[in-house]
Amino acid sequence: MTDHLKRWWPVGLLAVLLLAPYSALPLPGLLDGPLGSPGSLQLIALCLVYGALASGYDLLLGRTGLLSFGHALYFATGLYATDLAMLELGLGFVPAALFGVACSVALALLLGSVSLRVTGIGFSMVTLAFAQAGAILVQRNPGGLTGGEEGRSAPAEHLPDALVGIGNTANLYWIALAYLVLTLAVVHWTVSSPTGRVWAGIRENERRIEVLGLRPYGFKLVAFVVAGGLAGAGGVVHLLLTGGATPQAASSDATLALLVMVVLGGSGTRWGPLLGGVLYTWAAHRLGDLATSDAVGGLPGVLRVPLSQPLFLLGALFVAVVYLLPGGLAKLPARLRAGRAVRTLDVPAAPVTEGAA
Amino acid sequence: MNTIVLLACTGLGLGALYFLVASGLSLIFGLMDVLNFAHGALLSIGAYATWWAATEGGMGFWLAVLFGTVVGTAAAVLLELVLIRPLYARPRDQILATVGVGLALPALLMGVWGADARPFPQPEALAGTVRLLGAVVPVNRFVLMGAAVLVLLALRLFLARTRYGLIVRAGVEDRAMVTALGIDVRKAFTLVFAIGGAAAALGGALAGLYFGSVNPSQGTGLLVFAFVVVVMGGMGSVTGAAVASVAVGLVQQFANYYTAAGLGDLSVVVLLAVLLLVRPRGLTGRLA
Repeated sequence: MTDHLKRWWPVGLLAVLLLAPYSALPLPGLLDGPLGSPGSLQLIALCLVYGALASGYDLLLGRTGLLSFGHALYFATGLYATDLAMLELGLGFVPAALFGVACSVALALLLGSVSLRVTGIGFSMVTLAFAQAGAILVQRNPGGLTGGEEGRSAPAEHLPDALVGIGNTANLYWIALAYLVLTLAVVHWTVSSPTGRVWAGIRENERRIEVLGLRPYGFKLVAFVVAGGLAGAGGVVHLLLTGGATPQAASSDATLALLVMVVLGGSGTRWGPLLGGVLYTWAAHRLGDLATSDAVGGLPGVLRVPLSQPLFLLGALFVAVVYLLPGGLAKLPARLRAGRAVRTLDVPAAPVTEGAA
Repeated sequence: MNTIVLLACTGLGLGALYFLVASGLSLIFGLMDVLNFAHGALLSIGAYATWWAATEGGMGFWLAVLFGTVVGTAAAVLLELVLIRPLYARPRDQILATVGVGLALPALLMGVWGADARPFPQPEALAGTVRLLGAVVPVNRFVLMGAAVLVLLALRLFLARTRYGLIVRAGVEDRAMVTALGIDVRKAFTLVFAIGGAAAALGGALAGLYFGSVNPSQGTGLLVFAFVVVVMGGMGSVTGAAVASVAVGLVQQFANYYTAAGLGDLSVVVLLAVLLLVRPRGLTGRLA
């Protein structure tokens, strides 16, 4: 019975998520309104999108061992290219979305092939430099295209009617959920493919892969391009959800946020990045509400100032997780089990199988 | 000609700023394999401490710069002792911990002093301009260049002539061997963090001079170019960082002037990409 439960809980969770828009369940503290209200659906959809983005990013960090600091660039490319294709080229939404994802893939191929020429930390720095160049380009508003600080809003007339307006939030929510399922499927499929096994080998010991007669460069590039494409698709969904493109999407903070999500949840595990992305996004939104609440406003300065900065709290939380929870939240049950097993000394510690596949 | 001289001076001033940030970053990376994401935050701490000492603390400018540098150094030592050292055996977690600090500290500065830029007090002696080959150049550019040259000379003397400099140099080459010889590399780690923090904080104080104001995100913005400089110069090489700083500062200024504003930042990244294609190990041939 418990085995069945363990095996089928993702399907159960998916069913619950699919039906969420029909529910009026109030979740005080967790959400502002009842579960099925547009505001709540919007927040949950954002959580799902970031959960998916973090899972895609983990293809690099947790699966291949590549610490990229420029992943937000591909997300922002999908976001801006789709929006601009509708605004400037007058394309319909579907061709524009395909164009956006294609741009992300092409850019990931181009920049990945350059940055993968350096290994280790050099790779991290180079990806950061490229992403920063992208962020600057977006900020500088070349030819009035990106709208600079203000960003650009999505053209309602080019979007299908079912995706516009607050009454259709449920449809956007389902799209976000579909994007999450797609990302998890791609990640699962690629990781268990022969290429995925080479990725795991590169993560453990790149030199050994070379000795086996394989060139890690090509395999790493595939991981980079797949992750870039998934991030681009995430940009499209984000565009629909928030109704526009803003320069924050391209900032280095956006990549660092993805990194925090993955490490918070547990990199290299199946559900960890998703969990981290959902928790981080939810916390970032709720902490923002907390900062403006009366309870915080009445506190003395020593407490009020740090509490009013969500980024400070998230940064501090991140440092705490790195220290106290190596492996992230996903490893927590296994650590607790292992701790119990050590204490009773008659049960061998459960092997950590989750995510090792 | 005037324009070229002015652009060259401004580019060299900016390059000096990059060098102040990148030298510490490069040493820390070379010795410890730690990409210090909190380095930009150390710069911001130096900048705000200087600004605070000069405005609310009522100190003279140079005393305020000294104060800012000392505070930045103390912050760097604290960072190494409290956060980096316990993660000695986990290099990637060391980097991640600095990422957390790099997010949290600027947010804290923003919480205390607000997100807006604060005007930086310029002492009268540095607020003027100098005529050089027909161009009118702000004096503070030369202050920056002078500071960078002094730091470069001091670092080179320290690395070449002192016992600790020898340990640091040897540690950059082969950390395992130095440890095997029975030398406690961890003291060198703290020392290098202190040096890096001091240079970054000095950079922060002088960045306030260069930009005329301080804001919480200044450090992070400069950090990215410092990363570019470190990669281009060859990881762990102070001299390489100096050469690359000059190149990056000049390219950025000239490209910003002669093409569209903003293209200078892009051209720096293009320069980096081209260099990596031709010489994947950077200018000095060192590999990460």
